[in-house]
Amino acid sequence: MATPISTADVAHVARLARLALTDEELEQFTGQLAAVLAHAADVEALDTTGVPPTAHPLPIDNVLRDDVVVPCADREEVLAQAPASESGRFRVPRILGEAP
Amino acid sequence: MTAATATEWETVIGLEVHTELCTATKLFCGCANNFGDQPNTNVCPVCLGLPGSLPVLNRMAVEYAMRIGTALHCTVQSSLFHRKNYFYPDMPKDYQISQYDVPINADGWLALPDGRRVGIERAHIEEDTGKSTHVGESGRIHGADYSLVDYNRAGVPLVEIVGRPDLRSSEDARAYVDELRAILVATGASDGKMEEGSLRVDANVSVRRRGAPELGTRCEIKNMNSLRSLGRAIEYEAARQIAILEDGGTISQETRHWDETLGRTSTMRSKEEAYDYRYFPEPDLVPIAPSAEWVKAVADALPPMPADRRAAVAEAAGMAPDADPVVTVVRLDLDPLLNAAVAAGADGELAVKRLANEVAAGLEQASTLDPRAFAAVVGMESRSELTTAQARTVLKELLEHGGDPAAIAKAHGFEAMAAGALSGVIDQVIADNPGEWDRFAAGEDKVQGFLIGKIKAATGGNADLKEASALLRARRG
Repeated sequence: MATPISTADVAHVARLARLALTDEELEQFTGQLAAVLAHAADVEALDTTGVPPTAHPLPIDNVLRDDVVVPCADREEVLAQAPASESGRFRVPRILGEAP
Repeated sequence: MTAATATEWETVIGLEVHTELCTATKLFCGCANNFGDQPNTNVCPVCLGLPGSLPVLNRMAVEYAMRIGTALHCTVQSSLFHRKNYFYPDMPKDYQISQYDVPINADGWLALPDGRRVGIERAHIEEDTGKSTHVGESGRIHGADYSLVDYNRAGVPLVEIVGRPDLRSSEDARAYVDELRAILVATGASDGKMEEGSLRVDANVSVRRRGAPELGTRCEIKNMNSLRSLGRAIEYEAARQIAILEDGGTISQETRHWDETLGRTSTMRSKEEAYDYRYFPEPDLVPIAPSAEWVKAVADALPPMPADRRAAVAEAAGMAPDADPVVTVVRLDLDPLLNAAVAAGADGELAVKRLANEVAAGLEQASTLDPRAFAAVVGMESRSELTTAQARTVLKELLEHGGDPAAIAKAHGFEAMAAGALSGVIDQVIADNPGEWDRFAAGEDKVQGFLIGKIKAATGGNADLKEASALLRARRG
């Protein structure tokens, strides 16, 4: 079977997740991810005709809460845990680019 | 671009509309959903994305989404949530919970006021992002020194309505958003305020040679904050694309930013820079599977939509459903007054005209207007007990001070202007101006203006001049 994932693919995924990986780590994770994908390929080989897709491992749906306001967190406490704040807001470094 | 080339091209538009829902709380936590509160006062571990916090779905947000889907003739179905991953400080979790391949509402349509249908691909639930303020000279991202983030809006429930590319002009696009906004407000799901950002519109715009079977390459335009800027942005963008194509160039698929001040769009990001969101199923949420009973209950409880109301007003007035007075009466929610007036025996057409003009002009007082009093004024006008000018005066006073229409008319001396009284005034004018009357009676029509002027003066301007002309001509025999 052909290699299910290349080192370049792993580098791309790492970039999307903002992970800085060394060359050794890239090799290591390429091997590990290939094993995961190989397992997925095994599952894919099964005939699932007529089996509805599983959306969630729990056999429940419609877990809902009523639309009732509850007290929020204290702003000073929240902002105290941030690296920087200003005028009641979180202060973040310069953003490069418009919002998605 | 010349007029000749403009007609060779067809603009194709599909709109994506985000609406905030009027819930008391956010989508996945019990923080208040309030516009304009002090920054970061409506936040908690869930909407701040703190480790270990878990989302729990707001029942009312689901209900509102179902109302919207039903009003847009969608199939309301079982649906799933996904994580849309991206790194941006407006989303502290580094992902937005949205619906991806299985939205709660699919495949519907919206009818424009003129009856044309615009396809709705889907209307799904997702959470809003926080609000960032860029600090620096420009006030925009470029040139900012740093940014400040308020998470009050993070996690506020949204429904995104994705329309099909069925619109063909900026007028179409505006009519679509106008109608959609009215529908959203009618469902109670949204306040429809574009200025406050509770309704946001992105436009996918492409152009093609008229009759071409394939769609052109599209650009997505963002940052239109009003219907007017939506129209301007679409026209600018279509003209830009046509100019490029006529020069032999090609359109690159990209996201473009509308600058209201400069009146133009500019590149925000190209297709190559497009985000790879790595959607995957949200493991912390289970599916929404509305029962048939719930779907039916939502449909049964839906109030009449604007199109239904326009049809009813049009029927009562004997006008077309897209006639301006009909549209105005429904837009301003004046149709209950119409119904009350018609039920009290008033003429429908006259009532619609008075509502669309005088009552619309005094809209702040319209809620205090007694429907029976309004019906009485319209009734007096339709029985010619009041002229149009008099009816307007009475209505204006009724709106400002309330009271009894008959008493107001009497106080103004309007009651004397019944048709019988007008006849007496005409007798007097004829007696006072025998020479002019003789000339008029002999067939000299231009003297009519003089006689009418005398009648007008004698009645203090309150006579129904059409009626007076008819009476004069009848006297002439």
